[in-house]
Amino acid sequence: MTAHATPDDVKKLAALARLTVSEEELPAFVAEFEAILGYVGQLETLDIAAGSDILPYANTFRTEGTPHEKGVWTPDIVKAFPNREGDALSVKQIIAND
Amino acid sequence: MESNLASLTITEAARKLRAKECTVRELWGACHAAAKTDAVHAYLEVFDADDAAIDAAQARIDAEGENASVLCGIPLAIKDNILIKGKVASAASEMLEHYEATYDATAIKKLRNAGALFLGRTNMDEFALGGSTENSAFGPTTNPHDTDRVAGGTSGGSAAAVAAHTAIASLGSDTGGSVRNPASYCGVVGFKPTYGSISRSGLIAAASSFDQIGPITKTVADAKALFDVLRGTDVLDSSTAPEGSYPEFTHEVKTIGVPRSLLEQGLDPYVVQAFNTALEATGCKIVDIEIPSNKPALAAYYIINFAEVSTNLSRLDGIRYGHAARGETLLDDYLLSRTEGFGKETKRRILLGTFVLSAGYIDAYYRKAVAARSALIREFDEAFKTVDVIATPTMPTPAFKIGEKSDPLSLYLEDVFTVTANLTGMPAISVPMGTVDREGTKLPIGIQFTAPRGADERVFTIAAAVTGEQLY
Repeated sequence: MTAHATPDDVKKLAALARLTVSEEELPAFVAEFEAILGYVGQLETLDIAAGSDILPYANTFRTEGTPHEKGVWTPDIVKAFPNREGDALSVKQIIAND
Repeated sequence: MESNLASLTITEAARKLRAKECTVRELWGACHAAAKTDAVHAYLEVFDADDAAIDAAQARIDAEGENASVLCGIPLAIKDNILIKGKVASAASEMLEHYEATYDATAIKKLRNAGALFLGRTNMDEFALGGSTENSAFGPTTNPHDTDRVAGGTSGGSAAAVAAHTAIASLGSDTGGSVRNPASYCGVVGFKPTYGSISRSGLIAAASSFDQIGPITKTVADAKALFDVLRGTDVLDSSTAPEGSYPEFTHEVKTIGVPRSLLEQGLDPYVVQAFNTALEATGCKIVDIEIPSNKPALAAYYIINFAEVSTNLSRLDGIRYGHAARGETLLDDYLLSRTEGFGKETKRRILLGTFVLSAGYIDAYYRKAVAARSALIREFDEAFKTVDVIATPTMPTPAFKIGEKSDPLSLYLEDVFTVTANLTGMPAISVPMGTVDREGTKLPIGIQFTAPRGADERVFTIAAAVTGEQLY
């Protein structure tokens, strides 16, 4: 089962990924998807035992320590906010009262 | 004299500073002037002098001499995805064009502590996605050996700056070959360390299970000098390997394994010839090896890359930082910010990543790719029971012309030799192995050596045998 990308598929993926693909861009994206998925689709025919997919890494944990002093990072971080009220990040209202 | 200083290696510059043949200020001035001339668009920004840092480095060299770090007073170029507090870190994307880093990457902290200086931030493929630096939102970097050709990527600016002698050395990052590929195309040394040996804290993430910061230098000794300063565990990166994670490896190399069947397709005959000559010249025993999982490795790499990239880049939504377009609703804000902020290749990978992780396809694509990755790791581990290092050419061809590989798949296929080190987490280096003639221009090509995880010293040893350096 090799996936075939259709214009609708690409639009749906774009919506999931919070992107917009314009009608002009769409044919090129679909054609490139066909080629790329055709290539990576070779894995489907591969006979590999499942359950042995463990990477040779271990997560390391740090010991708990004292957190940094409150507010020391705030000025630098709020500087990057596109919209703010004081030190608070301001976003559009998403729940209406009425 | 000034311009000559920029063409020094780290080792040579450190010696001159200690012999008082030049001052830190003179070295900085020469590198800064050279970086300002930048004929290949290696830099996105050249920084002003940090007078306090220059004076402090000079004072340390005067007081400590040989005991000061070899990097003390050395101007370095830094890839635009490594955070330097107070400087823009854009990852060559319009999304982060004006984003100022709020903290130093751990690698930058370590360089600062060693007394190194930061010359500027270098061009790259947007978010480290590509292989030619043509995906930069700010225009491509060109190859110092032929400006009609690409510098390679994604650390194209870092490699071109070193090759053009507009920096003493530089840092890049390597996700599927992004340090080694431009090093091969530009004729310099590029080293991708064992995964987990250099902290990723402060490196803008592309594909987190592959990403490693790596040095790009004029000599193998310089790559080792940078690695020795940068390596080590970091509480800010839980994937850094604790001390004692690997067996004690010797740095000696006696046997080189060559996966011959991988070299049979699509390789430039001149590259094969140069490869065989370089191998013979090492004096090591050359053994043919078989790694069957090399065949599906590239497909597995790209599936995992798409998946991790789409996940990592979901944080860029125009709300807290970065490009922030505004529409009618909150959803419009996301859509507009991401659609305007990301370039074409970035969008393509986000869409492909969304696809391979989607409910109907995750078993067929992502989980299969992870299993193929594990099989590859086992085969490499097995091969290293009989050989000390594994060699391939770094890239199948020399640098291609700008615009020549406009379809994305043909560009992906260039990464066939480099991605295995990222899939396996193993250290790999590219060093120049000669040149090939293209339309009357000599273009550099690189040879790549891979060693077991933790045996980084081994790739330095064999790379130094190719360049004729004495390391130990």
